[in-house]
Amino acid sequence: MLDHYIEDEKDKVEVTVPVIGKTAGVMSFNDLKTGGYIKQRQKDKFTVRCMVPGGRLPIKKLKKIVEVAEKYGADYVHLSIRQSLEIPYVDYHNFDKVVAELSEVDQKVASCGPRVRVPTACSGCEYNPNGLSDTQGLTKVVNDKFFGAECNHKFKTSFSGCPIDCARTSEMDLAFQGAVFPEWEEEKCTGCRICASACQEDAIHDHPETGEPIFFLDKCLYCADCIRACPTEAWVSGKTGHIVRIGGKHGRHPFKGSVVAKFVSDEDVPAIIEKTVEWYNKHGVGKGRIRIGTLLREEGMMQSYMEHMKDVFKDKAVKDPKPPLEINIQE
Amino acid sequence: MSDIKIDAVLDITNEVCPMTFVKTKLKLETMELGQHLEVIICDGEPLRNVPRSLKEEGHKIVGTKKEGNRFHLIVERGS
Repeated sequence: MLDHYIEDEKDKVEVTVPVIGKTAGVMSFNDLKTGGYIKQRQKDKFTVRCMVPGGRLPIKKLKKIVEVAEKYGADYVHLSIRQSLEIPYVDYHNFDKVVAELSEVDQKVASCGPRVRVPTACSGCEYNPNGLSDTQGLTKVVNDKFFGAECNHKFKTSFSGCPIDCARTSEMDLAFQGAVFPEWEEEKCTGCRICASACQEDAIHDHPETGEPIFFLDKCLYCADCIRACPTEAWVSGKTGHIVRIGGKHGRHPFKGSVVAKFVSDEDVPAIIEKTVEWYNKHGVGKGRIRIGTLLREEGMMQSYMEHMKDVFKDKAVKDPKPPLEINIQE
Repeated sequence: MSDIKIDAVLDITNEVCPMTFVKTKLKLETMELGQHLEVIICDGEPLRNVPRSLKEEGHKIVGTKKEGNRFHLIVERGS
């Protein structure tokens, strides 16, 4: 894994496709990477990253990617950690053909670099029985509206449909996790005690005599197990929406994101992203490549962010949220 | 719970998910609409999955009784 395995001696090539808004021409490897064409060790070879929002890839596009990979790539494709599908070993002389053929099925090349990235997501409520929110629908809305918007640094979003959090919302710059607040209707309850046994968080105890539930709000993860298990519909959905987490990241020094709002609606999501990116770009000026989590850990920045977001979060804002938490993975 | 006529009893306390529900479903399929099956089930995961799946398939839990870490569910066969 040493540098002498790198076959190229140059650091730019002339390409015949436009990249991140720049017209075709001589482009540095760095700019190309930013546009989704990632330089490999092998001379003239690049990995082309195909955009797959939320990991959902229509068969028609998949077939075309296979066709393109067989023609211009190697004998495999790579599934990226963030659900993109990458075609390795593409010679840059073929970029125009690759892009043209992929565009026949509207398959786009995804970008890297300091901008809003393609959202990742779980399969969502459409068929996952645990799903509480339409993660795939929101992924599409968010990707269409925000993909590629420039920021100080990378800006990753994700959508999880429930508290199991397969899309790791606590490790994203800004992410949304489906949640349902359970409400109990006394007149429908038969005191059967099923909810107290079904709850995995010890948030429901059963009354020793009546069997009726005693609810401990501070332990509830809003997963709706009680609602699903209740035989008499005594537990019903109250407010539903998303838990909003901000400032998480991976890397050498990961951060755990902070919960800043609860039960925001689907309609709130685009406004939250827009306002957050606005705050991020304003306060990150002159600080180089800084992630929003790093910025939020600076003195007073959490308060500044919450103040900026108050018209969007409204009564869904969490009071005095803590800054993102640093996690040490190096020891 | 006592005034409901039980037509069959099924003990799934030795099963794990998803066999808990599979066995319950198969048993219910041998029964007539409106008949009652008593299901003996452990709490925890089976209790999170079986009642929910029964509801989704149109059956009705009309009675329950808790005995230690076991539940007796009276299920009315739905369509």
